[in-house]
Amino acid sequence: MTYQTSYKRVLGLGSAKDGTRHWWLLRLSSIALVPLAPLFVLSFAKALGSGYDAAVAAYANPWNALVAILFLLVGFLHLKDGLQVVVEDYVHGKAARAVLIVLNSLLCWGLAIAGVFAVVRISLGSA
Amino acid sequence: MDADRNRTDRPLSPHATIYRFPLNAVLSILHRLTGVGLAGGAVSVVWWLLAASISREHFEFVDGLLTTVPGELLMLGCLAALSFHFCNGIRHLVWDAGLGFSERNVRISAFAGIAGAAALFVCAVAAASI
Repeated sequence: MTYQTSYKRVLGLGSAKDGTRHWWLLRLSSIALVPLAPLFVLSFAKALGSGYDAAVAAYANPWNALVAILFLLVGFLHLKDGLQVVVEDYVHGKAARAVLIVLNSLLCWGLAIAGVFAVVRISLGSA
Repeated sequence: MDADRNRTDRPLSPHATIYRFPLNAVLSILHRLTGVGLAGGAVSVVWWLLAASISREHFEFVDGLLTTVPGELLMLGCLAALSFHFCNGIRHLVWDAGLGFSERNVRISAFAGIAGAAALFVCAVAAASI
């Protein structure tokens, strides 16, 4: 027996069982990416193909490194949330959907952390 | 009963698949496709950064791969996808704010988004090659 009223139990929760959190996070990350994506692309596109020393120098610059770290964190969060919506829309098997959502989450976080680790290593001069 | 028996003979109203997709539907599908496709670009970027953080040899291998003709095409494709996803994403943010839903405004923003994406792509390619 529950002492909560029905209203209290559903407050803020839609059919997805977690309310609007996922939707809102996707919007929040997209707003953050409006400045971050162009800034990162500028540094990356210049460094790509310009040789090892130029690439290391690019991300040894603290400004470029900070932009890259923020972009990797927010970008992969956005990718994870976006891909999850695609899985939820097109994968209907309960097990397949659960496996894909977990895998997506693990891969995106793993790649984000790997990227951040790389930028930190370069910017602190361990490369 | 007669109606059921004749079901297969009766002419059907045109099915959804015979209609041409409206521009906005095409852009919506492209938004998803480019978003999913950019996962590949994201993996390449992380691989490149990791290689740069490990050693000169690793970097030269990955950087070399990404600057071959197929590699360059992949990177340019990602840049085009990102330019489009960026501009169309801003349209979505405006809609999320509850604005721009009239048919006229949707059409205007559709063309503005396409033009913006093309301009961003050209600017980014120019900036990268300076």
